[in-house]
Amino acid sequence: MLARRIIPCLDVRDGRVVKGVRFRDHEDVGDIVDLARRYAREGADELVFYDIAASARGRTVEPEWVSAVARELDIPFCVAGGIRSVDDARARLFAGADKISVNTPALEDPAIIDRLAAEFGSQCVVLGVDSRIIEGAWRVHQYTGDPDKTVIGHRRTLDWIAEGIDRGAGEVVLNCMDQDGVRDGYDIEQLQAVRQVCSTPLIASGGAGRKEHFKSVFELAKVEGALAASVFHKGVIEIGQLKAWLGGEGIRVRP
Amino acid sequence: MSIGLIDTGCANLASVRFALERAGLTYRVIDTPARMAGCDRFILPGVGAAGPAMRRLRTAGWDQALATDTRPLLGICLGMQMLFERSAEGEVACLGLIPGAIEKLPPPADGVWPHMGWNALEILDPDEPLLAGIETGEHVYFVHGFYAPPGPVTAAVCDYGRPVSALVRHRHIAGCQFHPERSGAAGARILANFAMSSR
Repeated sequence: MLARRIIPCLDVRDGRVVKGVRFRDHEDVGDIVDLARRYAREGADELVFYDIAASARGRTVEPEWVSAVARELDIPFCVAGGIRSVDDARARLFAGADKISVNTPALEDPAIIDRLAAEFGSQCVVLGVDSRIIEGAWRVHQYTGDPDKTVIGHRRTLDWIAEGIDRGAGEVVLNCMDQDGVRDGYDIEQLQAVRQVCSTPLIASGGAGRKEHFKSVFELAKVEGALAASVFHKGVIEIGQLKAWLGGEGIRVRP
Repeated sequence: MSIGLIDTGCANLASVRFALERAGLTYRVIDTPARMAGCDRFILPGVGAAGPAMRRLRTAGWDQALATDTRPLLGICLGMQMLFERSAEGEVACLGLIPGAIEKLPPPADGVWPHMGWNALEILDPDEPLLAGIETGEHVYFVHGFYAPPGPVTAAVCDYGRPVSALVRHRHIAGCQFHPERSGAAGARILANFAMSSR
């Protein structure tokens, strides 16, 4: 049977890995290739590289570091951030990325999901969604890479995810913004609601602080993967130990 | 001698190239059958969707060249699927080098589509040379929405609500549904096995 995935997320800015709390106050946590290599060695099942400033600044990630990562890694990885066209996506996939993730550009032009899926197949196309409760409903946020440019979208999260899958997204990463970086646990309630409308793999993001949080999100929200950043970057949780513990708790993981 | 890595023009070759380089294996990218001389075996990597990929292969003459060649050939992911007679993905005729057809993979009762992630191998043919040193239970990385139902050519399966052909073998032609280039140490071993295998 399929193993649940543990996915470190590396937020990238200006060629370095950074991490902030609730999308602000980013601090430098290391070199991209060094961290990628370390996580693969520790047993990460997949990596996500998120160029957090790309959409806000209107530029795209640079294939140079994508290629450097692809040379080193023998596990799959996804590249996100400012991919606005089929050509942007192709450059990253041909540099060695396994998947590309679209977030803000898909909100501005939803048909980009259709175009990417037609060109590369749904299995390459990840829909990234930043979501939080606004006026009593889960809604999608836009431009989260730069606090000065953050705008609130009007789309309801569940509607947007259903539309994205209908257009051809092959995986959804749901980043629950109220939980991001605060290590208080995943947003189980929201993830359970999204699970009901998500027929593709669903990856939980935002809130991991203890190993019990991973167990909860797999058991209660039935997600295929759990993504985390700060707990891994800061050594709060070691991936190998986490997976061994999850295995002992009855969660199917890759040893 | 080296591995000929078949470039159809729409394939993402980078991850396979890097995996061969990490394993210290000699390869060269070949974009036409005219460049097959000097290669002792071939890899056909995964490429987008079946329909466009088959058109590219036919345009370049790979369908005829591979039909008569007897050197070891390894298809990866969609590259494996195109070795079969036809695919339900776009209802296209494929290379016909392995008997059987590719069908749409139904999601498990409580599962999702496509099949994406690390799944455990169950080895059916202990003599399969590509699986030397690999044990049942070893995890490899899958990303696909269509599949080869298990049959006489199936050497290993994984379980995704039903058995799914993970590795197939027909004479000198083999195929991996998973991505050995993204399957950690197990995948590297499988690529090295292919580079050394006599079939």
